[in-house]
Amino acid sequence: MGQVFLSVEKIDKSFTGVHALNSVSLKVNKGEIHCLAGENGSGKSTLIKIIAGVERPDSGQIVIEDKKYHHLHPIDAIHEGIQVIYQDFSLFPNLTVAENLALNSQLELRKKLVDWKQVNEIAEKALQLIDVDINLKRLVENLSVADKQLVAIARALMQEAKLVIMDEPTTALTQKEVERLFRIIKSMQKRGIATLFVSHKLREVLEISERLTILRNGQQVVEGDVAEFDETKITFYMTGRNVSTNKYFYEKKLNGENAIISVKNLLKENCFEDVTFDLQKGEVLGITGLLGSGRTELALALFGYAPADSGEIFISGEKRNIKSIQDAMQNGIAYVPEDRLNEGLFMKQAISKNIYVGILDNIKNALGLINISKADEIAESLIKSLSINADDSHLPVQTLSGGNQQRVVLARWLSTNAKLIILNGPTVGVDIGSKTDILEKIKQLAKDGLGIIIISDDIPELVQTCSRILVMHKGKMIRTLKENEIEESAISNILNSLD
Amino acid sequence: MKKLLKQHEIVVTIVFFIVVVLIGLINPAFYSIGNVFSLLKSMIIRGILALGVLIVIISGNVDISFTAISAFAMYTTSKLMLAFFPQGGLLLAFAIGGLIGLLLGSINASFVAGMKLPALIVSLGTSSAIRGFMLAFIGVKIINNLPQSLIAYSRSYIAKFTDASGKIVTLPSAIILLIVTAAIVWFILKYTMLGRGIYALGGDSVSAARAGFNLTAIQFFIYCFVGFLSGIAGVLHSVFMRNANPFDIVGTELIIIASVVLGGASITGGKGTVYGTLLGVAFTVLIENSLIIVGVPSYWQKVVIGLIIVLSTAASAFREKIAKQGIS
Amino acid sequence: MNRNILTGKRNYIADNRSILQLLIIAVLVFIIMALLNPGKFLTLLNIESMAYQFPELGIISLGMMIAMLSGGIDLSIISIANMASILMGLILTKMMPQNASSSQVMLFTIFALLISLLAGMMSGLMNGFLIAHLGIPAILATLGTSQILTGIAIVITKGYAIPGFPEMFLKIGNSKVLLFPIPFLIFLVCSIILYFVLQRSSFGIRLYLIGTNIKASVFSGIRVKSILMKSYVLTGILASVAGIIMTARTNSAKADYGSSYVLQAVLVAVLGGVNPAGGFGSVIGLSIAVLSLQFLSSGFNMLRFSNFATEFTWGLFLLLIMGINYFQSKRLKSIK
Repeated sequence: MGQVFLSVEKIDKSFTGVHALNSVSLKVNKGEIHCLAGENGSGKSTLIKIIAGVERPDSGQIVIEDKKYHHLHPIDAIHEGIQVIYQDFSLFPNLTVAENLALNSQLELRKKLVDWKQVNEIAEKALQLIDVDINLKRLVENLSVADKQLVAIARALMQEAKLVIMDEPTTALTQKEVERLFRIIKSMQKRGIATLFVSHKLREVLEISERLTILRNGQQVVEGDVAEFDETKITFYMTGRNVSTNKYFYEKKLNGENAIISVKNLLKENCFEDVTFDLQKGEVLGITGLLGSGRTELALALFGYAPADSGEIFISGEKRNIKSIQDAMQNGIAYVPEDRLNEGLFMKQAISKNIYVGILDNIKNALGLINISKADEIAESLIKSLSINADDSHLPVQTLSGGNQQRVVLARWLSTNAKLIILNGPTVGVDIGSKTDILEKIKQLAKDGLGIIIISDDIPELVQTCSRILVMHKGKMIRTLKENEIEESAISNILNSLD
Repeated sequence: MKKLLKQHEIVVTIVFFIVVVLIGLINPAFYSIGNVFSLLKSMIIRGILALGVLIVIISGNVDISFTAISAFAMYTTSKLMLAFFPQGGLLLAFAIGGLIGLLLGSINASFVAGMKLPALIVSLGTSSAIRGFMLAFIGVKIINNLPQSLIAYSRSYIAKFTDASGKIVTLPSAIILLIVTAAIVWFILKYTMLGRGIYALGGDSVSAARAGFNLTAIQFFIYCFVGFLSGIAGVLHSVFMRNANPFDIVGTELIIIASVVLGGASITGGKGTVYGTLLGVAFTVLIENSLIIVGVPSYWQKVVIGLIIVLSTAASAFREKIAKQGIS
Repeated sequence: MNRNILTGKRNYIADNRSILQLLIIAVLVFIIMALLNPGKFLTLLNIESMAYQFPELGIISLGMMIAMLSGGIDLSIISIANMASILMGLILTKMMPQNASSSQVMLFTIFALLISLLAGMMSGLMNGFLIAHLGIPAILATLGTSQILTGIAIVITKGYAIPGFPEMFLKIGNSKVLLFPIPFLIFLVCSIILYFVLQRSSFGIRLYLIGTNIKASVFSGIRVKSILMKSYVLTGILASVAGIIMTARTNSAKADYGSSYVLQAVLVAVLGGVNPAGGFGSVIGLSIAVLSLQFLSSGFNMLRFSNFATEFTWGLFLLLIMGINYFQSKRLKSIK
């Protein structure tokens, strides 16, 4: 490729007691598509923040086209043509699409006054860059996730960007949308704009990146042309060990036992309809589909958060009314949300507390007071059985890595003797090593008799874990895949054929 | 049509007019020019303070110290003028008052912008500290002999009318101050990056920082500006009352904050308009004045006003809740 | 105790400020006040007097802490206390016959106490309903209810204080049991009960969790609305207990007594380690903090500080504490 655009050299960064980056270097050439890979806790986010000027390194330097910096301020980075699209898009929900699009350029030009005509013009041009049509006057908070991302990308492209950094951009996208994203990235490349991709989805990494840098435990372990890597090699560098993936096979036991859960004609207006399926002991059921297929809504209905309008639910053969989360929990239904940080965990509270929150009513002594030592014991044993890497269970759960955090949520539900656990995106934001471990654990739980439903659009994950897969589209179940039908290309094809 | 109704400001406008009609039906005397002038007059000081509160609320915070700052600025300005510039002009009075308010506001700014502390608790502290300081060390006596320029201003008017009973009613020139303040705030909010930054801060503070807004500078401006406006309002208060009573103004925080919220500002930040705020102030002033006209005894006023505020903020919160559910 | 390891996210309050630090502060304040008031502060009379006075602030602060644990605040707490006082005043001075027998007085007193507690509970219910069910932010809701309650109180009393409570009732606020002033004992009982409720009951643990993350609380099956309601009811009851003590001690019930208690309660809570954002705070820390404040209060009184000067000092101290918290947590973050 041509010259180097960005060279990050020997960057060191520590936070209280945590050495986040240890002499890390990274080079991105002009117009290159470069992937930054690494497990959670490897330092990728910190590195990105330093490049974006949001954090200051303790030592080392940042060289942008021969200009040397010790540290950057966000405005400097923007001036140099560096744009970051964070996972949460960093858009302003209370402002219009037009304003969100134009804001960065207005700030960069250090403008004091707002010329609304200019704002609209800028916004129009931005959307044209990615050939997309969104109503400029809409408030961003009213847009869909995919549209929000488009606005974020359009915004990033606007100001003479020379390097666009994308943090896990494909997480909330459907297959088609991912392809559209890749087309946009390629067209950016033609215009000389480099892309730095942070991703844990190896398939996609290999598909579009030209060069690769892998971090592990705050250090750069390898970098090179993507052509020289394959999935196994990348996984090896990211985790430091060899990780294997097996499929899950389910043997139907014809012993007349009732299905763990049986759903008939479940309907919720504008979300899903005619949903009928059952789940036997030992099965791992996967539900997938494009965004808007109704799969999350179905999960939330089963968990009582947003109950269905009509239809029947049978738990172990008995008809049940699930109208609230308490109803669901009483029937042994558990839900592990996708947004772990905001919906699943109490970040600043102790690990043990996060675990035993589900069983508070069961560990009381004669006086009605909670037996804290018993609670801690239960938490400890679950920490062990789920291999949660925690030195001290009284530390806040925010000190754990993503994979361990996910296990804490699992641990909580296991402690409640749940009969059915619904997992939404179980390994989103979880590093490769942890991912396989969690999925193996899930399979083990299923084998032991726990009902498992996984909602995911991570095809390899589904293939690795499920014994049966339901495909939903626009609120209806359209395909079921069993046993040998479960194969990546098969699922891909089905999803790609949907509109 | 439905979309239009969803806009908070439209709803409040409609309710406002309904209330106006209703009150007029109960007591036709309501429709006199004299009454309108009186309502407008009541809106002036409240309005200026409310515009300051609006800015804070849009930025996602709540500040309850503005009344203490206002009272302090009012009293201290009077004392200073009497001691050093007894012949001083109106402009001087406003300048001193505004400056004092700004300095006091900068205390809030240091804690909220500099140390990133929650504005509510900080303002609880500054409110007491400022008020306590004033009453303990500056004085508790009502000052009755205000500088001539202030007294003169209290008599100046921009409109005069003789009503049915032959009484002469006037609209104070100070209304211009309100209009100017409203225009300035409107301009800042809509046409300056500073103003958009305030909305951005209230919408998502993390994104605002990432986008490159200087949050510390923006917040410093907010609290200093609110202090400045409060100072001006304070001096104006002494003009209208023709005295400087250090015990005045404090106690009206709730109704002013409520006016802003009633006018459509979201208490969680990111939303609010000048039009809505002025409407909200008009609304609460209307209710208060009407209670008197309708004949509610003064003892009951606190209760009724409290009830109305609770009910209307409840309705507002409820609507926001429904709207949120509709989207998810 | 949770040791907090900060991972880069700004935390402006040192969670669970150490008990040791608070004790040191309390002792320091005591010594300073004693030095400033030679011969007056360090006397049995004064210590006893403080032991009679601090419980009402202590109980109000406990109530404030509960509201703050869930991430809210209760600005109506003193209005509730005064309302409770006034209702008792009506019963014990207007309803009760002038020359009642001692057993009648006893009955009326018990009745008055019950009504006062009931009033606290109902006020708390009102707050809880507005905040938990209607979703009105706690600031506005409790400012509103405080207006309404104070307003009703003014209507009832026309602004005057109600004097003339029966001897038996006044004993609650002015006599001892086994060397300990009754108010002190009431505070002790309240704080012990609250300690167990907060640390060892499912309600308490859930309350802390709600203050930490409401969404996660919903998803882990916690009945958020119900817990919030209960917490404001609890605060209301505590407020009325404080009102009972206040009235019994001062032999009067007024609509605007103790108006600076709200600020002081927030000060005590923040000093005692309560995080205004919710999720953290301890009864023990708060109790020690209340003592510090009482020492200051009595000391200032002896130094003849005016009410206003005292108000100034409280405001200043709140700012000081928050500033210290900020610098402490900054120091914590820069330790490698």
